[in-house]
Amino acid sequence: MIRDITLGQYYPAESVLHKLDPRLKITGTFLYIISLFLVRDLLGYAVAGVFLAIMIAISHVPFKFMIRGLKGILVILFFTAIFNVFFTPGEVLLSLWKLDITKEGIRVGVRMVIRLVFLVIGSSIMTLTTTPNRLTDGLERVLKPLQRFKLPVHEVAMMMSIALGFIPILVEELDKIMKAQSARGADFESSKLAVRIKSMIPILVPLFVSAFRRAGDLATAMEARCYHGGEGRTKLKPLRYMKRDYIAYLLLFVYLGIIIMTGIMF
Amino acid sequence: MSVIVDHLSYIYSAGTTYEKKALDDVSFKIDDGEYVALLGQTGSGKSTLVQNLNGLLKPASGTVYVNGEDIFEKGYDLKTLRGKVGLVFQYPEYQLFEEDVFTDVCFGPKNLGLERTEVELRSYEALKQVGLKDEAFFQSPFELSGGEKRRVALAGVLAMKPEVLILDEPTAGLDPNGREWIFELIGKLHDEQGITIILVSHSMDDVAEHADRLLVMDKGALTMDGTPKEVFAYYKELMQIGLDIPEVSKVMHLLKENGFNVSTDAITLKEAAAEILKSINKGFNR
Repeated sequence: MIRDITLGQYYPAESVLHKLDPRLKITGTFLYIISLFLVRDLLGYAVAGVFLAIMIAISHVPFKFMIRGLKGILVILFFTAIFNVFFTPGEVLLSLWKLDITKEGIRVGVRMVIRLVFLVIGSSIMTLTTTPNRLTDGLERVLKPLQRFKLPVHEVAMMMSIALGFIPILVEELDKIMKAQSARGADFESSKLAVRIKSMIPILVPLFVSAFRRAGDLATAMEARCYHGGEGRTKLKPLRYMKRDYIAYLLLFVYLGIIIMTGIMF
Repeated sequence: MSVIVDHLSYIYSAGTTYEKKALDDVSFKIDDGEYVALLGQTGSGKSTLVQNLNGLLKPASGTVYVNGEDIFEKGYDLKTLRGKVGLVFQYPEYQLFEEDVFTDVCFGPKNLGLERTEVELRSYEALKQVGLKDEAFFQSPFELSGGEKRRVALAGVLAMKPEVLILDEPTAGLDPNGREWIFELIGKLHDEQGITIILVSHSMDDVAEHADRLLVMDKGALTMDGTPKEVFAYYKELMQIGLDIPEVSKVMHLLKENGFNVSTDAITLKEAAAEILKSINKGFNR
């Protein structure tokens, strides 16, 4: 039933991208997004597009998983296009009633849509090739400097990884409870909204009870093992940069260089 | 009510990278009033199988006939089926949700669309059957002890008056008293009300003592089907697929290896005692 939902959307495969250090992937994605806002002309977009295409090709993740993320922002894409096309002042190409389609409008609209599509696919590549655990690990390291500003980086990362760890458990639990209540004749597929809302109670109450129980158990288990926050805590699998990571950093800066060059030259 | 499983196969997450075949061409027939135990290692497909029996999971191929009717045929009334084939999940106490015990037990029969008096009568009977003390009837189920919660959850299924009762590890997490009580209850349901029992279990001792027939599963396939004595004779094969034989059988095997003239097919304590006594008496008479 519910087991088929992909969570954290990690796609297991063997590829260089999967093996790269999560810190690199986070910084890389961040820089890529910035680069998307630096480019102004077609050539820049072409460079960003080629870079993205190469990443997709070496990630060994089927393309349909990449564009899955786009479904969620389809509405946003649509409105971005519409608003830019109609409300950008400039040379009028076509007049529809009170709305003008301008040349500049089309240009800006297309640009924004490309930018958003690249942005979503770019960040999807990161989440598709990195397990949620490595992602939080990397995030903790990348955000560490913020600790100086009293930001509880370790605690936030810990909460994130616990939450991520709990998702599959709770999904399984939900599945079990739904089945157990179905076995008692519960009806979750009624067409009447009121009936359907009411039918959620036998699922949600046990689910919350179990979530609280599990959270309590985990807290006890952590305290029993002397957990006292992030200070002086070491990692079972510490993040270490390998040769491939340095090469990747190099390539990333080459890419950024090219992007900036296109901006200056044209 | 007879249950026929006909070439049943089930695949989890079909079409994704996580695809896993959980049931592989399983066929068997369970007659009215049988007491069957389903054995197998964790992950052997027992739970998947029992969920197919009352239509909670839909098989990839093959089907299940309950009372001669194909339950996966279009238009078959699954709701009525769930009243007839009761399924008690592992740790059933985690499905309790109502404000008080009685209302919770009423949930099942109410879903069957019965009249209110009938619903309440059945729930009352079921709660009496599982031996819950009267004071607890209108308490919150969350205030009860673990054992009492289990009783209430069982009552919740019994109140639907199933003709086939499937129990997935009903004794998991209970103390010896609780286990004994569960088997006593199942025995009563089987002997006095003629309910067909399908028991999923890990305890060889329990199934040796209570079940009339054992089905053994391994890696999604049905590998053995027979009386406890027949099945437990395959000591080595059982060990190979991560199962065991009753402690009593082990003792008998050891006795035999060490030169005692005993038969190793005793699987319950009573049989073993009789067998050992016989052997000792023979020794004296010699």
